[in-house]
Amino acid sequence: MLRAGVFILAALLGLAALAPVIAPHSPTEQDLEQDLLPSSGEHLLGTDKLGRDILSRILYGARISALVGTGTVALSVLIGITIGSLSGYFGGWLDHLLMRVVDVLMAFPGILLAIAFTAVLGPGLDHVILALCLIGWTGYARLVRAEILAIREREFIQAAQALGGSPGRVIFVHMLPNLLPALLIQATFGVAAAIIAEGSLSFLGLGAQPPTPSWGSMLNEGRQFLLVAPHLTTFPGLAIMLTVLGLNLVGDGLRDRLEKKGK
Amino acid sequence: MKRYLFQRLLLFFPTLLGSLTLVFFLVHLIPGDPVEVMLGETVSSADKEGLRRAMGLDLPIGTQYLRFLQALAQGDLGRSLYQQGGVAELVFSRLPATIELTLSAMGVALLIAFPLGILAAVKKNRWADRGALLFSLLGLAMPNFWLGPLLMIVFSIGLGWLPVSGRGGPQHLILPSFTLGMVMAAILIRMIRSSLLEAINEDYIRTARAKGVSERKIWLKHALRNSLLPVITILGLQFGALLAGSIITETIFAWPGIGRLTIQAIQTRDYPLAQGCILVISTSYLVVNLLTDILYRLVDPRVSYGG
Repeated sequence: MLRAGVFILAALLGLAALAPVIAPHSPTEQDLEQDLLPSSGEHLLGTDKLGRDILSRILYGARISALVGTGTVALSVLIGITIGSLSGYFGGWLDHLLMRVVDVLMAFPGILLAIAFTAVLGPGLDHVILALCLIGWTGYARLVRAEILAIREREFIQAAQALGGSPGRVIFVHMLPNLLPALLIQATFGVAAAIIAEGSLSFLGLGAQPPTPSWGSMLNEGRQFLLVAPHLTTFPGLAIMLTVLGLNLVGDGLRDRLEKKGK
Repeated sequence: MKRYLFQRLLLFFPTLLGSLTLVFFLVHLIPGDPVEVMLGETVSSADKEGLRRAMGLDLPIGTQYLRFLQALAQGDLGRSLYQQGGVAELVFSRLPATIELTLSAMGVALLIAFPLGILAAVKKNRWADRGALLFSLLGLAMPNFWLGPLLMIVFSIGLGWLPVSGRGGPQHLILPSFTLGMVMAAILIRMIRSSLLEAINEDYIRTARAKGVSERKIWLKHALRNSLLPVITILGLQFGALLAGSIITETIFAWPGIGRLTIQAIQTRDYPLAQGCILVISTSYLVVNLLTDILYRLVDPRVSYGG
């Protein structure tokens, strides 16, 4: 499972990285005389309503998904680690306060809050990443807090503290390396969730704005032409599904390995 | 049980207040002048002032917040900018359609998940198990904003079997329910499989086998009944997720529920209406999660809070 996932992801990342070299056309170049064409030798996956090459847009769209997925998760993990560490290490009123904030944010369906934030802040990829981070960090904070609570009383931590290690040093040098596998697994699923969420927001017109080739916005544009050009909807969706499938396979595989190791 | 209920409610109300506060401040996060964003620049300043006063935006923020909570306690969610009637009235008139879709999606998810989950567990590591796992993996990876149009292309446009969109007879429900319920089905299949496989190794199953109980009865009666607990939790938690997911499904299928109303309100910058919709969806989500926790406790008294 892990291998299949890594293979899918490596292939997709390779295609995204090589997009400027392998894309047959510019992702934004319009040719109104060539609109809504089905697959052909010239345009392998056809063209959209503005005559843009769908294959090229999907290849460049992979970069957007990679950017939003990793950007959202990196920022969320950073915030989550900071808040979770503070909460778990110091405990007391700080822990109570921070965890109530987490409770409130987690009490919202994530996508609803993301929709609300992007609606308020205005559309755009930077706002999408920000909105997804506002909710995304909570899961990592809870995970880090729980893990820190679990190892706080262990001997090697007490030894580090007894040797005069500052809280920052104890957390970052002694505690966090122990949390990395669990964080990595959660982050893998997080990237998948962020890609779907970006797609959802772009599909609703709240994410990437034209002419940015985001898979979600391509699906949204294609929705108007379901009758005459179903390929506009089919291919970007397939790209999202493959990416999420790859990420989920990697996440599942890593989790299985970690569980086996734990036993 | 009373103590548990008390503890759970003690946590519920501050969380509810927190989420109401968050919804209140959403409008205040609008960059610039919210009234200008809502009405546009071309509207006269008298009209802008009128709306500012009507929404209470001219008052100090603390007063606005207290007024918001006071109005909420009286069931008043404000007035829509463009649609006739109060926000509460508009939102609650759409609620039945959303509940209908959500329950139906849940039904579809259960109808798919139980047979496949049981089959996967009984035929562990055989082709049926792998098939069910693949279905579940694809279901999780398929975003509903793709699955919906795809189903539409095949069943409405291609085969002409089902209506493209709108709300009407039961046939209108099939595609949206399937679109919305797919992820839940995918999650449940794995859940049912793993809890069945866990239950099947328990001592009471060995006892049942020793007593000569048929395999069919062992799986469907003894093992399944004991593996339902985690399924109930997932059902409850996913019900909330379905409510949120309905925003996209309703938009795809022009289903006249709260989700579609939310998006329409956002697109027309009708912030009081959008705020009302978000408030009702998030509160429903909280309440459903609370009820799930309580139900879980009722079914299994071993569950304790905070442990």
